[in-house]
Amino acid sequence: MKIIGFNENNIDSSISIGIHVQSEVMGWKDLVKIEDRELDAETVDKIALIAPDATISIIRDYYVAEKYKVSLEGHVVGLARCSNPNCITNRGEPVAPEFVVEGTHPPKLRCCYCDRILINITDNLL
Amino acid sequence: MDLYDKDVVSIRDFTKDQIEGVLDLAEEMVPYALGEKRSRALDGRILGNLFFEPSTRTKLSFESAAYRLGCQVIDVSEMSMTSISKGETLADTIKMVDTYCDTIVLRHPYEGAARLAAKFSENPVINAGDGAGSHPTQTLLDLFTMREAKGTLEGLNIALVGDLKYGRTVHSLADALTMFGAKLTLVAPESLQMPDDIVKHLEEKGCHPVKTAELDDVIGQADVLYVTRIQRERFPDHAEYTKVAGTYRIDNAILREAKSDMIVMHPLPRVDEIAPEVDSTPHARYFKQAFNGVPVRMALLCSIMGGELRWRPPWSSSCRRSGTARSSTISPAGRP
Repeated sequence: MKIIGFNENNIDSSISIGIHVQSEVMGWKDLVKIEDRELDAETVDKIALIAPDATISIIRDYYVAEKYKVSLEGHVVGLARCSNPNCITNRGEPVAPEFVVEGTHPPKLRCCYCDRILINITDNLL
Repeated sequence: MDLYDKDVVSIRDFTKDQIEGVLDLAEEMVPYALGEKRSRALDGRILGNLFFEPSTRTKLSFESAAYRLGCQVIDVSEMSMTSISKGETLADTIKMVDTYCDTIVLRHPYEGAARLAAKFSENPVINAGDGAGSHPTQTLLDLFTMREAKGTLEGLNIALVGDLKYGRTVHSLADALTMFGAKLTLVAPESLQMPDDIVKHLEEKGCHPVKTAELDDVIGQADVLYVTRIQRERFPDHAEYTKVAGTYRIDNAILREAKSDMIVMHPLPRVDEIAPEVDSTPHARYFKQAFNGVPVRMALLCSIMGGELRWRPPWSSSCRRSGTARSSTISPAGRP
């Protein structure tokens, strides 16, 4: 919910969470169902940072209208802060933190400025 | 291969050929660095030296390198003397200084500062050390010193000793040495060992460094002992510093176990890692290493700034506008 940016004050529809749900493809899966909302590209990219195998399904009129896997590749810009406190991007400079994706399972991101690997991605999401 | 107008932020920005080209050119710069020959190769150009952290060797050797080439220098030595102390961002400072000079040399306490400066500067930026991050010009002069002493960089057995965690010189140096097939031994107490992500990077490049805390076990095999100071200013906790300060001390007694042609290097300043008695032994290379900062930085400035070269090697028939490290090296037939 932190990534998606929803809380009880800014959404009027239901959010359902399913844990350990049977899946034909994966055996078991967890799911989050949000009504009346489609995720924007930035939110989908953030999801990819912590759940690189996630699938997004958009359901309209009771049917799956779109279904795709999130992807993590190339550069990630402005989605997370560098975990290195001494990185110049954490010092109030007018630049968005930028990382190059070096691995996806698990996600491995290297800061384009200080060259350090981003640790604790979830805690550093913007 | 051309370094003209290029930023020098990390040693990872260099290919092996580019490194060798800079070292070859530096070799030709030695008589100029010693003042035995005169050059106006960068006459009319201005170097902007921004040192926001204390520095003796790096700052002075960049200045000396510039003056030896006829280049003028403007400089800042303290952050408190700039608008940064009034809250100006580094980005704004760089955009302004960029208009005053042709190349910026930056030392800064925060990692990634040079990369940020390069983003905001139209002119080339040379990283002169950014916090515990990179120090690529130190790496080049270290490589130059090793090659000068050993005749080659290929396959050397090198022991890096001391603060391998916070010491930026050893991070850049280890990275570069992997290009030359070095066998690395990392000698440090557990709390100051090389960070895992750097070791992993070395392994990905085919180097498999050996970690140890015992200097006695490795000194007999080393071709180069690269000693670093345990840097009090990098420790977040002073108690942690006092636990490890003075862990290694190189003196004549321990050097009795070393090969006769093993060299001892140190980026300086030293505190008590190397006893003064070592200075007069043939092993000591650290003061020569400090001098080598001048010819190496001359080579780098020439390669990056190019310009109307008034200093022309005799085999060159025309002015070189875009200097490359490679093209600046001297063919055997043309050597003075």
